[in-house]
Amino acid sequence: MANSADAKNEGLIFHPMDQFIVEPLFGAGPVQWYTVTNVTLWMALSVVALILIMVVGTSKRALVPSRAQSVGELAYGFVHKMVEDVAGKDAIPYFPYIMTLFMFIVLSNFLGLLPMSFTTTSHIAVTAVMAMLVFLSVSIIGFVKNGLGFLSLFWISSAPLALRPALALIEIISYFVRPVSHSIRLAGNMMAGHAVIKVFAAFAGVALISPLSVVAITAMYALEILVSFIQAYVFAILTCVYLKDALHPHH
Amino acid sequence: MATKTDVSSSTCVDGYGSAIGMPQLCTDWAGNQVFWLVITLVAIFFVLSRLALPRISAVISERQGTITNDLAAAENLKSEAVQAEEAYKKALEDARLEASKIIEAAKVEIKQELDVAIQKADADISVKAVASEDAISEIRKDALANVKSLAKDITSELVKVLGGKVDAKALTAVINKKMKG
Amino acid sequence: MEGDIVQMGAYIGAGLACTGMGGAAVGVGHVVGNFIAGALRNPSAAAGQTATMFIGIAFAEALGIFSFLVALLLMFAV
Repeated sequence: MANSADAKNEGLIFHPMDQFIVEPLFGAGPVQWYTVTNVTLWMALSVVALILIMVVGTSKRALVPSRAQSVGELAYGFVHKMVEDVAGKDAIPYFPYIMTLFMFIVLSNFLGLLPMSFTTTSHIAVTAVMAMLVFLSVSIIGFVKNGLGFLSLFWISSAPLALRPALALIEIISYFVRPVSHSIRLAGNMMAGHAVIKVFAAFAGVALISPLSVVAITAMYALEILVSFIQAYVFAILTCVYLKDALHPHH
Repeated sequence: MATKTDVSSSTCVDGYGSAIGMPQLCTDWAGNQVFWLVITLVAIFFVLSRLALPRISAVISERQGTITNDLAAAENLKSEAVQAEEAYKKALEDARLEASKIIEAAKVEIKQELDVAIQKADADISVKAVASEDAISEIRKDALANVKSLAKDITSELVKVLGGKVDAKALTAVINKKMKG
Repeated sequence: MEGDIVQMGAYIGAGLACTGMGGAAVGVGHVVGNFIAGALRNPSAAAGQTATMFIGIAFAEALGIFSFLVALLLMFAV
């Protein structure tokens, strides 16, 4: 990595990570916390896409939905059913929060699949904030709703008494590891897929294997479309699972 | 990876614009990303909770209501159709009953008329039979009388030709005797 | 010279850590395979358990993610 200056002169250039660089949109200079960067651009585009799908698409309020409206209703019904099935009926008040996370992740993932785009969800800083939001809010909800009874989440009453302290230790560790796996799962999946596509794209520069490379990119792209949705779904469904633990800590 | 490149524009990007290590682990950019992420999430949350979700849930429940109403209306129409069918069947049954009644009445009437006509005809026939019997007996009487007078004439002529003398009273008695058998 | 050995050790460790992701792949395949086997036996119950399958996938995958994280940290952060 240190000798990337030399790598510039080689025939086969791999820079799979360059697509994740955060850079200012206007001019150069250091990236301050308020700087308008490509992060800002692609997050704003995801908001625009959200408004197009969920607000403009449904503006007709048609009883027989148009295509755009049925997409919005499908997303609503999908997340609503997921919250209701996984987290239970009393989790419905938290539905807008889960919907917010789900829509942001799924739109960012799909926008990130556009060529030359920047995938905001591939950054651990972004996913970690979302995972920490979920972790903190779920913990707070758990303690507010159940008081100290929330701690019974770690004390598995169905296990033999002798095993309980060990299980409690494991449960506590797994509880605090949740935001880590929650965030790195999403960021890692998005980053790995995009980096692999970029590596294959670099192979396309060699005439001999370029057809294979193009086929591989196409296949990876199809897989990435699947992964984009699955990861958003997994993020939302895990949020629901954690929420269910907070609302009903008793196993 | 600790890298010291003099020309780098930041600690994470080298002088050629390539990433050093993983851009994801570059702490210089974290603040920027977190800031814009929070703004984005708040924007999405407000768009969803103020505009999109109430609207979509209203549309969905409205559709649900419409579907329920339509189903109820369809149920009503179906029961109405069933009722109409029953009424139709009843009307048909009534009509059939009526028709059979009318036919029965007509049959009775026709029978009565027929009886009357038959009786009349019978009466006529008997009257005519009596009349013709009378006529026949008259004719027979006439014929007998004719036969008698003819026989008297012929007998008297025969007697005359034979040169006898006709005793009219005796002749008549003989003829009457012969005629009686 | 010493730094190079550290770097080499870090890279070897990263490569070893990546084997853990293979275990996660096996786990995820096991979860999905068993789900499909069960779903073929009783297709009517499959639709309600799809969410459970994804939760199982997520938990199985979590450990692979930890090894991935260890590999990344060894590669770039140590």
